[in-house]
Amino acid sequence: MIQTATAEYQDQRLKRPFALHATKIEPLAQETQIKIATRGLNFYYDDQQALFDNNLEIAANQVTAIIGPSGCGKSTHLRTYNRIFELYRGQRVSGEVLLDGQNVLDSSCDVLELRRKVGMIFQKPTPFPMSVFDNIAYGLKQHYHINRSELRDRVEKALQQAALWDDVKDKLNQPGTALSGGQQQRLCIARAIAVEPEILLMDEPTSAIDPVATARIEELVDTLKEHYTIVIVTHNMQQAARISDYTAFFYKGEIIEFGATDKIFTNPDNTKTQDYITGRFG
Amino acid sequence: MKHRSLKYRRGVDMGIRLISSLAALFGMAMLGWILSIVILKGMPAINWEFFTELPAPPGMPGGGLANAILGTLLITLLAVLMGVPIGLAAGVWLAEFGQQSKTAEAIRFAANLLMGTPSIIIGVFVYVVIVMTTGHFSGISGAVALAIIMLPVVARTAEDMLALVPSALREAALALGVPRWKATLGIVFRSAKTGLLTGILLAVARVSGETAPLLFTSLNSPYWPESFKEPTANLTVTIFNYAMSPYEDWQTLAWGASLLIAGSVLGTTVISRGFLWYRSK
Amino acid sequence: MQTKTHINLDPAFRWLTLASGLAVLLLVGSILYTLVMGAMPALKHFGFGFLTSQEWNPAFMEFGALSSVYGTLISTAIGMLIAVPLSLVIALFLVEIAPPAVRRIVGGAIELLAAIPSIIFGMWGLFVFAPFMADYIQPWLASIAPGFPLFQGPPMGIGMLSAGIILALMVLPFITSVTRDVFQMVPAVVKESAYGMGSTTWEVTRKVTIPYGIQGVVGACFLGLGRAIGETMAVTFVIGNRHEISASLFAAGNSIASTLANEFTEASDDLYLAALIELGLVLFGVTLILQWAARWWLRRTARKMGAVR
Repeated sequence: MIQTATAEYQDQRLKRPFALHATKIEPLAQETQIKIATRGLNFYYDDQQALFDNNLEIAANQVTAIIGPSGCGKSTHLRTYNRIFELYRGQRVSGEVLLDGQNVLDSSCDVLELRRKVGMIFQKPTPFPMSVFDNIAYGLKQHYHINRSELRDRVEKALQQAALWDDVKDKLNQPGTALSGGQQQRLCIARAIAVEPEILLMDEPTSAIDPVATARIEELVDTLKEHYTIVIVTHNMQQAARISDYTAFFYKGEIIEFGATDKIFTNPDNTKTQDYITGRFG
Repeated sequence: MKHRSLKYRRGVDMGIRLISSLAALFGMAMLGWILSIVILKGMPAINWEFFTELPAPPGMPGGGLANAILGTLLITLLAVLMGVPIGLAAGVWLAEFGQQSKTAEAIRFAANLLMGTPSIIIGVFVYVVIVMTTGHFSGISGAVALAIIMLPVVARTAEDMLALVPSALREAALALGVPRWKATLGIVFRSAKTGLLTGILLAVARVSGETAPLLFTSLNSPYWPESFKEPTANLTVTIFNYAMSPYEDWQTLAWGASLLIAGSVLGTTVISRGFLWYRSK
Repeated sequence: MQTKTHINLDPAFRWLTLASGLAVLLLVGSILYTLVMGAMPALKHFGFGFLTSQEWNPAFMEFGALSSVYGTLISTAIGMLIAVPLSLVIALFLVEIAPPAVRRIVGGAIELLAAIPSIIFGMWGLFVFAPFMADYIQPWLASIAPGFPLFQGPPMGIGMLSAGIILALMVLPFITSVTRDVFQMVPAVVKESAYGMGSTTWEVTRKVTIPYGIQGVVGACFLGLGRAIGETMAVTFVIGNRHEISASLFAAGNSIASTLANEFTEASDDLYLAALIELGLVLFGVTLILQWAARWWLRRTARKMGAVR
């Protein structure tokens, strides 16, 4: 399932050096497999520019955290990866989001297939108004020709992967909305991984959930990275430090600093980053 | 500086409280008066024949309004079949695609205008467009008139109800790679179904008591509704015709029909309000 | 597990829903167009005189809209004069005075009143309310103001006054509920600070709630006016249907809508029909203007109040 970075992509990377940000963002080491790269990404809400020349690289099968004060463009950045922003009038993007070297913003990219490959988890749990089983089956039936027994197996597998099977195996026919908040969020994770994506985008997935449930989801993220590339937006710096391998610090729509999480949290290059992680603003 | 008398201020306050309570009581009393009259005068007309027989000539015993009851049901059903899908689709466009665009604002404005247009004007419009061109009154033209009245109501309520669905739910469906039409009809509609149903029910309730738009479209008929291409019997125009007649037994039938119409319209309204109330709990 | 390929139906979905939305727009346009075209023979034949002539005589092909327009204006004016103050105090009752349980009951009753079909008001008006007017209200009015020109003539029950009162009952729930919503938009903090200074409920209402909501109330009245002007069946039942202008409110008259309801199916001649359609055009034009003014006003108010908050 995991694709190695293709030669073509490596070529592209060499052929097309991009202007690094003034504050100097280290590109990932040459041997790291890159799953997603953004190049010169700008974003506009009507006339208001929200992202400025974002250049970021997301390592395959790692957890990348995006941190920064509220309104800094973390979510906006994430929402370009699966083009979900296209839902709204007046939201525009320029630049490139390269998924395995292919620009997903290009009109030739099939958005439905893109979104199968790039799953998303939202701030608040979003169970569909249907049973637990149907919640998971919904996406599967959308993308695959699948018979009933296979469907059952897939649903069970997804629920197990999301560490939810034991909680809900007797409640499969109950409405998804009847589960607890933390269970609902894991249901959404199960629903997203059921269609076999390669990437999971998580937009502050624990902000509406109690601490115990948050801990379970953090554990889950740790096990999921074996199979998926994970990008998580969080306003909780401890969470970023706990679960991520790489961290990008956003400020006013710009990527101020990007690097290994250890380095960002112990020895950041930029004073702004330092101010933020030590809690002096934001 | 002299204090304004507290007694005086309290007195004025009490006076206003009294007046507004009396006004509220007056409103309740009028409702009670109208409803009790409709029930008292309508009940004697309600019997088995009322629901099963054709109207009898004045002076003849028996006779009912079965044809008008059936006609009203059929005309309303046809109006729902025409008005609801188009109204829902328009609501979907406004909520999902149009959003704040100029076109959407224009459509909203037009829908508001249409909602405020007197229903008799809709009747005149349909008369000119359908009755005059086909050359005869018809049940279908009545249904078209009612559908036009329903259309903006359904569209605006649908838009409001769809807008209430959290955008995260919409995004979650799309983020799975589900196409827009499927996400809208499968997830968003399902999530808004109580609200949509309420909106449709309220529109049906409003339309089923309408008389003016049917006066010169469906007209009326003493026979069973056999074809929508002919004048079609219906309850409200029957009430109008019978009430204006000098025959007492026809007037009694008109009261029976009034009870039936008032009962079903108010019943539908109460049920749909109940839906909303139940949902908000 | 085999991957599904699908045809992209989204553009079709989008166009289909857009077409439905545009249908609404198209309808309003074509109603206006149809009425203008239908009224054309009368517009050409009578010109502006249509609105100033009182003669309505189908036998001689004479058509003047004045009595219908006059009746519409007078019955609506009576209705609004009664409904507006009454709605205001009922809305006050609902927002400021009634305890929650009472509020729910009265509010529910007002909504039910709004749901009663026009023809039921007509039945009640013709068979119950008009006799009541003739037996009690009209003799009483005539006795307290003898010789007053508005209250002249035999107490027949049906006529301009009864039509106006029934119109008042019909628009009352409408104005009440919009006014209630406007009053509820007044921020609680503002009210609380007034109460905190030791004001009585009425003082808070007069100094805070009403000034705050007055523009919204005006908009609500415009909307109610639009309804009253086009109201057909209830008026047709009780107004008396006579093409004449009388000073007395006890006298029978007619309105644009009642003339249409009574005569439309009888219009055998093209000019007769065109004159009726022109009446409809006048009514449609007036309601369009009222609607437009009310919406514009309400929206402006909402913006202002939003800014205050």
